[in-house]
Amino acid sequence: MSLTIYAQRLGDDSLILGQRLSEWCGHAPAIEVDLSLANVALDLIGQASHFLGLAGAIEGKGRDADALAFRRDVMDFTNCLLVEQPNGDFAQTIARQFLFSHYQVLFLERLAAAQDERFAAIAAKALKEVSYHATLASDWVVRLGDGTDESKARMIAGLDWMWRFADELFVMDDVDAAAITAGAGVDKAALRPAWDQRIDAVLADAGLVRPAARRATLGGRTGRHSEHLGHLLSEMQFLQRAYPGATW
Amino acid sequence: MYTTDLSGKNKAEAVSEDAAKVAAFEARVANDEFIEPKDWMPEAYRKTLIRQISQHAHSEIVGMLPEGNWITRAPNLRRKAILLAKVQDEGGHGLYLYAAAETLGVSRDEMTEALLSGKAKYSTIFNYPTLTWADIGAIGWLVDGAAIMNQVPLQRTSYGPYARAMVRICKEESFHQRQGYEIMMHLAQGTPEQKRMAQDAIDRWWWPSLMMFGPPDDKSPNTEQSMRWRIKRETNDELRQKFVDITVPQAHAIGLSVPDPALKWNEARGAHDFGEVDWEEFYAVVRGEGPVAKERMQARQKAWDDGAWVREAARVHAEKRASAKIAAE
Ligand SMILES: [Fe+2]
Ligand SMILES: [Fe+2]
Ligand SMILES: [Fe+2]
Repeated sequence: MSLTIYAQRLGDDSLILGQRLSEWCGHAPAIEVDLSLANVALDLIGQASHFLGLAGAIEGKGRDADALAFRRDVMDFTNCLLVEQPNGDFAQTIARQFLFSHYQVLFLERLAAAQDERFAAIAAKALKEVSYHATLASDWVVRLGDGTDESKARMIAGLDWMWRFADELFVMDDVDAAAITAGAGVDKAALRPAWDQRIDAVLADAGLVRPAARRATLGGRTGRHSEHLGHLLSEMQFLQRAYPGATW
Repeated sequence: MYTTDLSGKNKAEAVSEDAAKVAAFEARVANDEFIEPKDWMPEAYRKTLIRQISQHAHSEIVGMLPEGNWITRAPNLRRKAILLAKVQDEGGHGLYLYAAAETLGVSRDEMTEALLSGKAKYSTIFNYPTLTWADIGAIGWLVDGAAIMNQVPLQRTSYGPYARAMVRICKEESFHQRQGYEIMMHLAQGTPEQKRMAQDAIDRWWWPSLMMFGPPDDKSPNTEQSMRWRIKRETNDELRQKFVDITVPQAHAIGLSVPDPALKWNEARGAHDFGEVDWEEFYAVVRGEGPVAKERMQARQKAWDDGAWVREAARVHAEKRASAKIAAE
């Protein structure tokens, strides 16, 4: 049961962030940026298919990745709150990507070495992708932080919006502990120092300082989400909801 | 290529050019040689190409919007990924084409401004709304299908950078067409609601797709010149006929009807007879009076305006880093 949830969390993170990024398609600040955001979104949707497919397989009730993606309600989604945050302006989108991709790199490095080969294989493939995402996001943090007064102010505001959701990435609970016992888990709390280092190094290069510490906003892993997720789902799940039983 | 521009200018402009140079140029073109950016070319050729290539580039970029409208609502993960990749390809096509046009001495910013001011055109087809998921199928099948028909001959167009861009683009377009037809096929075999969706989509997209080939030959003032310059290789009506002949059996094969009462196979011609396009509608859409023309331009304008600070930041940052590097050396 808990390994199902564990795989589902990984799939939900990638799915929701991929969905968010795909909202940019056709509307980005430049064509090159449009293409790069679409690349990241495609990678994430691919990861979601793999992790949710695995979750369905472990669950063994005949639900596939699509059933999990398109026919669960908010309280059954287990993504972290960070990834469901609205795109905002480009700086806010980059702030979200920056914090998440660096976490994902560290996480997937460990997961790729897990005993459970099903998880390890997906992680190994995804790791190559997310290393690129982290570089892309970092480059933009530096460009925007070190660009104009306006871009700096927007980058600061974007980071400020997202910062309260960073702690959740590293929170360990029973599901994580059980996954470690089962040979598929990662000690997320232990990733924090490396993550801090990565984030601080990029911020320094960008001429930015780390946002002030604040009370963490938590709840995504147990289905307690922000108001934003329901709207995202109502859009994403529209066809499956309107035409139950149809295949596409 | 997306043929919407109707202006018959550019004939009178070649007056003062060296007759010997013009003759040598025309001979090279007639000989099917490629003209390269550094080669001498008549001013009218350059201008016509800039207009045609930039219009094509704009069509790729504006064309991202109607399909982009359904990425977040795609019905499953596979379809979502395919559609996202497809729309991303169109953005890439826009990039190749802008780059090809830039070799003729016009900047991407200038071209973008021409689009946003309404001075430059883009394909009429993208001024129609995508209302249901079946429209994504219809666009891939019909619109990309029509685009392929226009573009395949342009792989042999006389201007080298344009021809090479077309080669890259055509490789991807056939995947676009197939994924669209596959969506339609699936819907046509689906539930009654899905079938209805599919038929409604072809009913709405059929005629606008035929308009993509541009005005009838007798109302297409640039055709003769463009054919001679090898920047067009078949006439609008020839291409339109070809499209009808290929597409009608595809529709029937999946049980969809084509919304044209005049459509019938003509044994003697070995081709379909078909009804008259509503040219009044076509010209209105060219004038910018298409059903969602305002929405399309508003979206492009917004992306451009909202992105200005990002592009500016990237430029300023690159300058800072470049001068820091020089100072360090
Ligand atoms: Fe294209
Ligand atoms: Fe095209
Ligand atoms: Fe296409």
